[in-house]
Amino acid sequence: MAKTIAEINEKIKKGQAVVFNAEEIIDFARDKGIKQAAQEVDVVTTGTFGIMCSSGAFFNIGHAKPRIKLGGGRTFFNDVPAYTGLAAVDLFLGANALPDDDPRNRIHPGEFNYGGGHVIEELVAGKDVRLVASAYGTDCYPRKKLETWINIKDINQATLFNIRNAYQNYNVAVNTSNKTIYTYMGVLKPKLGNANYSSAGQLSPLFNDPFYKTVGIGTKIFLGGGTGYVAWHGTQHNPDAQRTEKGIPKDGAGTLAVIGDLKQMSPKWLVGTSVMGYGCSITVGIGLPIPILNEEILEYTTITDADIYAPVVDYSDAFPNLRSDKMGEVTYAELKSGKIKVKGQDVPIASRSSYPKALEIANILKEWIDKGKFLLTEPVELLPGVESGIKMKPLKERPIED
Amino acid sequence: MTVSKKIVLRFPKRMVDRPIVYRLVKDFELEFNILKASITPEQEGLLVLELKGEQQEYDKGIKFLIKNGVEIQSLSQDVTRNEERCTHCGACITVCPTGAFKLESKTRLVIFENEKCIACGLCIPACPPHAMEVHF
Repeated sequence: MAKTIAEINEKIKKGQAVVFNAEEIIDFARDKGIKQAAQEVDVVTTGTFGIMCSSGAFFNIGHAKPRIKLGGGRTFFNDVPAYTGLAAVDLFLGANALPDDDPRNRIHPGEFNYGGGHVIEELVAGKDVRLVASAYGTDCYPRKKLETWINIKDINQATLFNIRNAYQNYNVAVNTSNKTIYTYMGVLKPKLGNANYSSAGQLSPLFNDPFYKTVGIGTKIFLGGGTGYVAWHGTQHNPDAQRTEKGIPKDGAGTLAVIGDLKQMSPKWLVGTSVMGYGCSITVGIGLPIPILNEEILEYTTITDADIYAPVVDYSDAFPNLRSDKMGEVTYAELKSGKIKVKGQDVPIASRSSYPKALEIANILKEWIDKGKFLLTEPVELLPGVESGIKMKPLKERPIED
Repeated sequence: MTVSKKIVLRFPKRMVDRPIVYRLVKDFELEFNILKASITPEQEGLLVLELKGEQQEYDKGIKFLIKNGVEIQSLSQDVTRNEERCTHCGACITVCPTGAFKLESKTRLVIFENEKCIACGLCIPACPPHAMEVHF
């Protein structure tokens, strides 16, 4: 028996919706059977809490008196440069932005102690942030300098807009070289000394809706401790990835672009992050509710870590040289055992994304739905699926000759 | 009664060239295990030791060090985790040389076992949310 989102919302409003997180649903469906479980369960909640670099926020700081046109000028939040290619007082701050005087990797590996992600965290925490700007001045916007404290509660808009988050699957990073390397996947010791992965596996949003049959533009989500929406498919969205028989991608595959009002989010779920030797970023919490519209969708949510494969990639060679060769495939069940075998060698494993926090997110979302505080939305359009023909392409480099 | 403690010794520069640890062994019969040493001639010396022996002798040894101008701190307070900032990702687990971080298999929370920590500091920059703090 198929359900609609409207019907599920009616149950949520009455406090009668049956909600499970993506971990609990596994045993529940095993006991009850798919058919019975699909009838009984209305929503399955997912979660992920990991470093998501393609994140940032738009701000409208309000007009100064006299006016200043920051567009085309330079603006810094706590010394971190913002993008000023917009109108007078609209700014964008990316999570990876660094102060001009940050030493970066000049002494390798750099520490990257403070950047855009940290500014966003501090703003969300309600802290005052120093805004310093210079502009060229016009007849209508005469002012050329501005130095002021700003606070998120005083500015007009603060909109988190992350163009690529919640990667469906991710690489397991290793290093086969003879020296330690410092990557966005963490510190990797030489000669397969360790391996790092970054996914909540069976709890992760898009593993539970692998063909994007419920998630699309306008899907309401848990975002950074508040609510937000799926805005679009994320950059590098690649439904064409290799998949298992059950349809689970064995590579990166799908991504989400998400948007939400930063003012109602929490620094607990938007954490400024430093990646040694790599740069600054932000750790973002996302939770996606999956409406159980039919048996097929329920079955997707019963995915377990043992069913999900991740590619093992050499970050000392294949990755930097954009080669697609893999050193093997491992399941998330193996990854979570703390040790994997690569080329016959035992390699200790660590995660870059937090499973306990992902579970906490799935449970918060579950509670919101249980209490009738969070209604599901009907997507305006689903994310592009396999049939869209969208593929991820490398850069086509064409030398510029004089 | 035998005791075993991890301590941080700070030597003033006038003592850097003196065989302090040798005296601990010879005069007080203490066993030692050097966990970290950083000695710069003409500057300060820093030694992280695990020291083991009879309580009485241990106390005498410590007195001897203090009398000679060595500053002593107990190691257990040296590296701490800011619980509010820790996201329990696990990035520290494979970075730590002594296995002071481990994953609780059921909850997948990262446990920090302070007693295994040798205060080497490797986890400090490797922690993405900067939750690990060193206090020397």
